[in-house]
Amino acid sequence: MPLRREREGRLLGGVLAGISTKTGVDVTALRVALVVLTLLSTGLGAAAYVLAWLLLPITGDSANIASRAVTDRRGIGIVALIASMLGVLLVVASVLDAGWLNAVAWPMIISVCGMVLIWRNADPDEQAVLHRMAGPVFTPETAGAKERLWLRVLITAVLIGLGLSVLVTGRHDTDLLPPLGGILLILAGTAVALGPWWLRIARDLGAERQARIRAEERADMAARVHDSVLQTLALIQRRAAEPQQVIQLARSQERELRAWLFDDQAPGTIKGEGVTLAAGIRKIQQDVESQHRIAVDAVTVGDCELDEDLEATLAAAREATINAAKWSGSDTVSLFAEVEPESVSIFVRDRGRGFDPDAVSADRKGLAESVRARMTRRGGLATIRSAPGKGTEVTLTMPRSPVADQSPRRT
Amino acid sequence: MSVPSPAVDTAKPRVFLVDDHAMFRSGVTSELAGHVQVVGEADDVQPAIAAITESVPDVVLLDVHLPGGGGQAVVAAIKAELPDVRFLALSASDAPEDVIAVIRAGARGYVTKTISGPDLIDAVQRVAAGDAVFSPRLAGFVLDAFAATPAASSDRPSFDPELDQLTTREREVLRLIARGYTYKEIAKELFISVKTVESHVSSVLRKLQLSTRHQLTRWAAERRLT
Repeated sequence: MPLRREREGRLLGGVLAGISTKTGVDVTALRVALVVLTLLSTGLGAAAYVLAWLLLPITGDSANIASRAVTDRRGIGIVALIASMLGVLLVVASVLDAGWLNAVAWPMIISVCGMVLIWRNADPDEQAVLHRMAGPVFTPETAGAKERLWLRVLITAVLIGLGLSVLVTGRHDTDLLPPLGGILLILAGTAVALGPWWLRIARDLGAERQARIRAEERADMAARVHDSVLQTLALIQRRAAEPQQVIQLARSQERELRAWLFDDQAPGTIKGEGVTLAAGIRKIQQDVESQHRIAVDAVTVGDCELDEDLEATLAAAREATINAAKWSGSDTVSLFAEVEPESVSIFVRDRGRGFDPDAVSADRKGLAESVRARMTRRGGLATIRSAPGKGTEVTLTMPRSPVADQSPRRT
Repeated sequence: MSVPSPAVDTAKPRVFLVDDHAMFRSGVTSELAGHVQVVGEADDVQPAIAAITESVPDVVLLDVHLPGGGGQAVVAAIKAELPDVRFLALSASDAPEDVIAVIRAGARGYVTKTISGPDLIDAVQRVAAGDAVFSPRLAGFVLDAFAATPAASSDRPSFDPELDQLTTREREVLRLIARGYTYKEIAKELFISVKTVESHVSSVLRKLQLSTRHQLTRWAAERRLT
């Protein structure tokens, strides 16, 4: 699986969280390492981070921010302006004979330019996070905080001013104490200025994570209700003329709902039906053939144990198969699953009437939510190939997680 | 691949039907009517061998499971005397070990009993013309059988490594068959001619029949356990 920025557990862009999931190194250790590296390298670490933020796609997305930024003319204009300040800084540095400024200028400019592009081109979800983090700096929360803000600015100015003056005068001394004192004063100033903001970020981050988890749970729940209850209701409407069928459908739905509400066994999950992928595919075949009048031609190559990712993949495959059974008008659906060492692929194909994938409105559940979103939430991929009169093929690919990697049971 | 002998009328092949269910035989006969000439029927291994030797059909539709033994017994007995008779295996159970056994005995293809009438006619004509017929499921079995470990297993070096491995293209073709594509659709998908698709499939069939691959013989037995 390629390196991705991780949504879950990110602090800023999720670069380190991504590296952590990829390599298994603790994310806090990585963060400490990056901060130390940044301090030692006069900011290069931060610049590298910002570049990674720009270039690595986030989980569930294949495009990175940079690919969107190249079309952002205004953003590029701003970046050019900021970059021109680099020249000014370098001139100042050479005049003052301050080599350290020279060293700091490059990473700083790269970071600032990168952040401008990220700020302008990140996807809406990421932008919301950025806004929430940056918000407190520009807009104090309450009126009473206004005086305190002034006080903070004043203290900061004094501390940084003191620190700078000590630094500048201290540079001619051979004594090491004054420069260190100067740096400490500057750090203290920064802490006073930004301290409340840091606290706020830490607090918000927890809240934001919880909100995201809740939203995902909701989406998951909606998908399950759609797969089970809504599907059955649709079937009942179509079979209204056949009381026996309707009773049977209602009964099985009742059983399923009870199992979900009282035994914590979610509908649509293949769990308990057999622990391998091939068993799951067989189950889909049986269920779809018994509920819809369609033949499912199921073929599996290789087999492996199920983990949560593969359960989601099976649920998506079930949904795609049911979709074909309901809408294609074809009398056969081909269901092909292949287990490979790195990934599992499932193909659902019919030769039915097909549709124009671009013409389906985004709010329609079915393929969009149940299949595609389900796959991307788990780091997989769903592609849908269809054209009117040409049939439909849904391709699901899920990378196999190294944790659940039992050697495929082929012989 | 052998060229059909001049006597064979590929438009209306002469077909012999071997299946122990009379209902199924009459169903198939009526489905095939008009497109092929059904020259005889049998319900078990021994009667089938006798009747086929006598009528010498172009294609034998052969149930994999027969009361008096597997369908491969019929293939083996006929192949020795009448190498031009071609076999198309039919099965309802789809146990891979049985299917692979019949193919390795010499059948030119395998389809499930749920196959539609037109598809069955198409399959019979293909086999009569000397081509191989792969159902999605057979493609899956073959991919599975050849997939596992690297071909040249250390415990039994093979005589002909060529036979023990599928080429990338053959794999692609088999995958598309398993996904439900017809030969024509495969040709379009891979930008090759239908003839090329057919030759890939025939080559896979040849490998399946001739490979001494340790894996293939052991594979069926192990599948049964899982």
